[in-house]
Amino acid sequence: MTKVKSLADLRKMKEEMANKVQLREKGDHPDQLVQVKVSMATCGIASGAKEVMNHLIDQLDQQAIEAVVTQTGCMGYCYAEPTIEVTLPNSSPVVFGYVDTKKASEIISRYIIRGELVDGIIPVNYETVNEKKKD
Amino acid sequence: MAKYKNHVLVCGGTGCRASQGEEIVYNLNRVIEENGLEQEVQVVRTGCFGFCEKGPVVKMVPDNTFYVQVSPDDAEEIVKEHLVKGRQVERLLYTDPETKKHVSESKNMGFYKKQIRIALRNCGFINPENIDEYIARDGYASLGMAITEMKPEEVIRIIIDSGLRGRGGGGFPTGLKWDITRKVESDQKYVVCNADEGDPGAFMDRSILEGDPHSVLEAMAINGYCTGANQGLIYIRAEYPLAISRLKIAIQQAREYGLLGKDIFGTGFDFDVELRYGAGAFVCGEETSLIHSMEGLRGEPTVKPPFPSESGYKGKPTNVNNVETYANIPVILMKGAKWFSSIGTEKSKGTKVFALAGKVNNVGLIEVPMGTTLREVIFDIGGGIKDGKKFKAVQTGGPSGGCLTEKHLDIPIDYDNLIASGSMMGSGGMIVMDEDDCMVSMAKFYLDFTVEESCGKCAPCRIGNKRLYEMLHKITEGKGTEEDLSNLRNLSNVIKDTSLCGLGQTSPNPVLSTMENFWDEYMAHVKEDKCPAGQCKSLMQYIISEEKCVGCTLCSRVCPVDAITGDKKAPHVINPTTCIKCGACFEKCKFGAISIQ
Amino acid sequence: MDIVQLTIDNKKVVVEKGTTILEAAKTIGVDVPTLCHMKLEDTNFENKPGGCRVCVVEVEGRRNLAPACKTECTEGMMVNTHSVRVVNARRTVMELILSDHPFDCLVCAKSGDCELQSLAQNLGIREIKYTGAKSTYKGDESPAIIRDMDKCIMCRRCETACNEVQTVGVLSAINRGFESVVAPAFEMDLDHSTCTFCGQCVAVCPTGALTERDSSSKVMDAIVNPKKKVIVQTAPAVRAALGEEFGMEAGTLVTGKMVSALRKLGFDYVFDTDFAADLTIMEEGTELLDRLSKHLAGDKEVKLPILTSCCPGWVNFFEHQFPEMIDIPSTAKSPQQMFGAIAKTYFADQLKEKREDVVVVSVMPCLAKKYECSRDEFAVDGDPDVNISISTRELAQMIRNANLNFEALEEDDFDNPLGESTGAAVIFGTTGGVIEAAVRTAYEVHTKKPLERLDFEELRGMEGIRSATIDFDGLPINIGIAHGLGNARKLLEDIKAGKSQFHAIEIMACPGGCIGGGGQPYHHGNMEILKKRQKAIYEEDKGKTLRKSHENPFIQKLYAEFLGEPCGHKSHELLHTHYYDKKKKVEI
Repeated sequence: MTKVKSLADLRKMKEEMANKVQLREKGDHPDQLVQVKVSMATCGIASGAKEVMNHLIDQLDQQAIEAVVTQTGCMGYCYAEPTIEVTLPNSSPVVFGYVDTKKASEIISRYIIRGELVDGIIPVNYETVNEKKKD
Repeated sequence: MAKYKNHVLVCGGTGCRASQGEEIVYNLNRVIEENGLEQEVQVVRTGCFGFCEKGPVVKMVPDNTFYVQVSPDDAEEIVKEHLVKGRQVERLLYTDPETKKHVSESKNMGFYKKQIRIALRNCGFINPENIDEYIARDGYASLGMAITEMKPEEVIRIIIDSGLRGRGGGGFPTGLKWDITRKVESDQKYVVCNADEGDPGAFMDRSILEGDPHSVLEAMAINGYCTGANQGLIYIRAEYPLAISRLKIAIQQAREYGLLGKDIFGTGFDFDVELRYGAGAFVCGEETSLIHSMEGLRGEPTVKPPFPSESGYKGKPTNVNNVETYANIPVILMKGAKWFSSIGTEKSKGTKVFALAGKVNNVGLIEVPMGTTLREVIFDIGGGIKDGKKFKAVQTGGPSGGCLTEKHLDIPIDYDNLIASGSMMGSGGMIVMDEDDCMVSMAKFYLDFTVEESCGKCAPCRIGNKRLYEMLHKITEGKGTEEDLSNLRNLSNVIKDTSLCGLGQTSPNPVLSTMENFWDEYMAHVKEDKCPAGQCKSLMQYIISEEKCVGCTLCSRVCPVDAITGDKKAPHVINPTTCIKCGACFEKCKFGAISIQ
Repeated sequence: MDIVQLTIDNKKVVVEKGTTILEAAKTIGVDVPTLCHMKLEDTNFENKPGGCRVCVVEVEGRRNLAPACKTECTEGMMVNTHSVRVVNARRTVMELILSDHPFDCLVCAKSGDCELQSLAQNLGIREIKYTGAKSTYKGDESPAIIRDMDKCIMCRRCETACNEVQTVGVLSAINRGFESVVAPAFEMDLDHSTCTFCGQCVAVCPTGALTERDSSSKVMDAIVNPKKKVIVQTAPAVRAALGEEFGMEAGTLVTGKMVSALRKLGFDYVFDTDFAADLTIMEEGTELLDRLSKHLAGDKEVKLPILTSCCPGWVNFFEHQFPEMIDIPSTAKSPQQMFGAIAKTYFADQLKEKREDVVVVSVMPCLAKKYECSRDEFAVDGDPDVNISISTRELAQMIRNANLNFEALEEDDFDNPLGESTGAAVIFGTTGGVIEAAVRTAYEVHTKKPLERLDFEELRGMEGIRSATIDFDGLPINIGIAHGLGNARKLLEDIKAGKSQFHAIEIMACPGGCIGGGGQPYHHGNMEILKKRQKAIYEEDKGKTLRKSHENPFIQKLYAEFLGEPCGHKSHELLHTHYYDKKKKVEI
């Protein structure tokens, strides 16, 4: 076991350990982060949502973008699966359809980083399935 | 290496574990593996979430879905629905008692809304058995800063400026206490953590030790650096096995990292911590008793002075602080005195953890800024009184405290206001009572506790509390007299005035405060032989209404002592002298003819 | 010297820093009542747990009342010892204590001598408002000490005596709250504990919770039995204290009146344990010289220092606590047992009585003696050498029962042959006395020269541990003295560690020696009484014509007619004993 020999050691260690709880830290204040929800119902999974989700997590991480990626249930756009919903801080959520890994990279580089709109937006009056059900 | 995209936090506090928390973890891991998610989902056993009313609690990260009252069988659904399909398991969500709507995130729940978590910051967030997670949350950075960059006086200055006061009950300014110990010259000093939590219903110290043991170790090391001690001792009750095992793990890990032991951070500062077990005596929360118990002597207090800061453990200067006090220290150093003192009231800074119990909807462990009102705690966080009953009183400060009533509900809670209102902060027990609670019985309950827990050293506490209990018992039996009431008051005052330690000096408080606030109730017991709350059995009477009774004889047949007589189809009568008030007739009567008076 | 000035009951007082309110008040004639507090000057006994709360006083600016016995005076302190608040609190506390106490004062052994009773009287308690359940605990009747914990007021004096002064460690508080009680570990009875029966707990107990086993009626039974010849022996310390029981000034020697009273009580022979003390010196002194000469001759095996063995509390102590050292003390029996052995052999023969028809009664300042005479090795075929041992207090009670006006009794002399003694034997009653007596004889036997001075002031006093070197005509003999078992422990630890420089050590279990024994009239914390008793003992010694044991003509006769020589065969058989490892005997 490595010993912590100085405060600098500890700080370095903290950086290394940060990812252990990062997910939880992010979950505590998601509105300040980029939130990406991947529709992961049967239809989504069948169309490759899982790969897309993994790809998103990897890419966002590699590019050091403070984002939280969660799976969500069917958004109701089964025809356009995989679908993802991206919420930038202080913006309304935007839903993209037919997202494959290539499309996902484009969404990151153009919408998330630069705020440009990308093809494939599904224009909706936004409401999640969960909220609908509760009413 | 696994790349987790989901964390499932399962409460690993004693309460939730007792409700099969461990099986939940086991099942979750099993189902996760069955679904091939072990590289994506990590199940983490954390400390207490505080919302014990609804335990076991499971929190999904990063979407923060908060599942309550989870059973081991729910693991399958949580994994398959939530983790695989991304759909919340609605039946496990918390339902707001007001709106009857599901609330999925804890921060939107009334219970959590008004809370600020400083002492409990890591409870329910990190895995307490993993030092890395603590370090990831700035753990040990305050210690590092203190001992590499600051002088002891500077650290103490920050603690003094922060306004932190002892959370164990006394409310003595923590920084001052440290400074006094620092100034005493000695070849050997000790710092002690008082983890002998003994108030009935209070469990914040246990939760902190179970959920965030490193914060206490770090604070003790800081304390050691400031006071000139290199040995820390944690006096913990043996009834806290989980806290003990987590502390042991934490001490081991900290030693392995060199954060305890010799030459910490390469500064030449040595500090280590050992555990001492208490056998569960309330009086050992009193610091001189605690020290005697640690020395292997009978756990009973000695007269102060000398204070432990001059002559404590083994006659050496000893600084004793409570668990919750310690848990605040690293954050104060990290965020500064100003930040801390911006929270709270003028004389009581920061937050206080309360163990909310009794007749409220949401019992559990809460942390609120000083200055929060009792109303907010009981009605907003606690979700109001159970079963729509009427609020009657709240006992703060445990057996040493007093009961507060409706008129105190809007007083901002802090050390001084509570004392001014006739109660005290104590360690943070808060027991809520409703209209069905008899205040004489309540005082009797607490006296029963102090009679059990008195060490027996001084006469007023040893005998006086017993006599108080006996008088209260007499009153609840309907045998009390007005003279008893005046004796009760005089004896209470004398016990307070003459007892050796804090136990006896405060034990009559429940009596005095209920007499002060509920005098009529005492008088009703004594003069009218009535218990207005209907709780004192001896004062209850079952009566059959002549009009309503149809003479079905059902009641007389269930009566175990043949106290009910009457002819068929004629009204029956209960003989009050033979009636044992078991209530069987009351339950059986189909015509509502039997009433309690 | 730091001083502080304060005001007590409107009077200014200047005291040394560190003085308690209780002590400061005393200097201006204010006696704050106390109950649990007890300080024995010149010993390390100080009991002030601050537990009874009777001594509370009001200190201006303080939230609650302060215990005067534990609270140190501070500059400018304003104290009121009798405000309405204080008096009400004090009386209420006293009522509480009384409410948990049996009301059987009329038949209590301590009635009239009970500190609780006098305090209740002083405070004028006439009714008890707070009544209720009383705490009870099983009775415990050992051969020496009776514990009736229902009468215990938790003053903890016995604990202090047992743990701090005697370091025996048998008594300590157990259980909690109302059920708390002072008891041996695991609620053992004293008999099964490592109790030495020194009786110091009894000596300091303010109430009737700890008393001696009363054997006086057994004595009367023997006296009225026509078949029995009843012999009484009285220990040296008894005559220096018995008078106190009858209102006489402490330190009044009542030897003659005591003998007269014993005769009136009906004893057939009134003898003196002092005779046996002289005998002890012959045996112990010879043993000392024997070990010493072997040592000087280069014998590495010989055990030195030799330790005296006349104190049964002390014997119990080392058997329990230092069993590995049981071959160090002298094997000589205590004077009580030597007397018994001689009385039931030599003297019974003279009377032409069978030993079982001779009843030997001892009057002792001691409770451990009661235990000692019940030891198996001090009996022949079940017939003990000393049948009954009573304390000074029990004798006083017998005298009262016989309607004797003690003060008016004429002086009388002991019977012969076992009543004759020297001054050396008398001083057995005080700390330092046994070793001084031994020195007087050993010196003359060893040097074959007469002693020029008999008063060895260097061996006298009240210091807990004392030492002196006596010149045996060119041979320096290092002597150590300890009284109080805590002090004895220190010397024993030194011996164990091989650090002891002494040739001989006298040890007495009780502070002050036998004059402060557990069977003596109660001193109630006044150590002046012990000093006066000590003075009386040395006076009696001074007044004797014979002051060296070996000069006692009846001792010389005893050796010539019966025993042969000191430490000879017969002596070994009758006057020496052996010790037992009792460490493992503690049963739970």
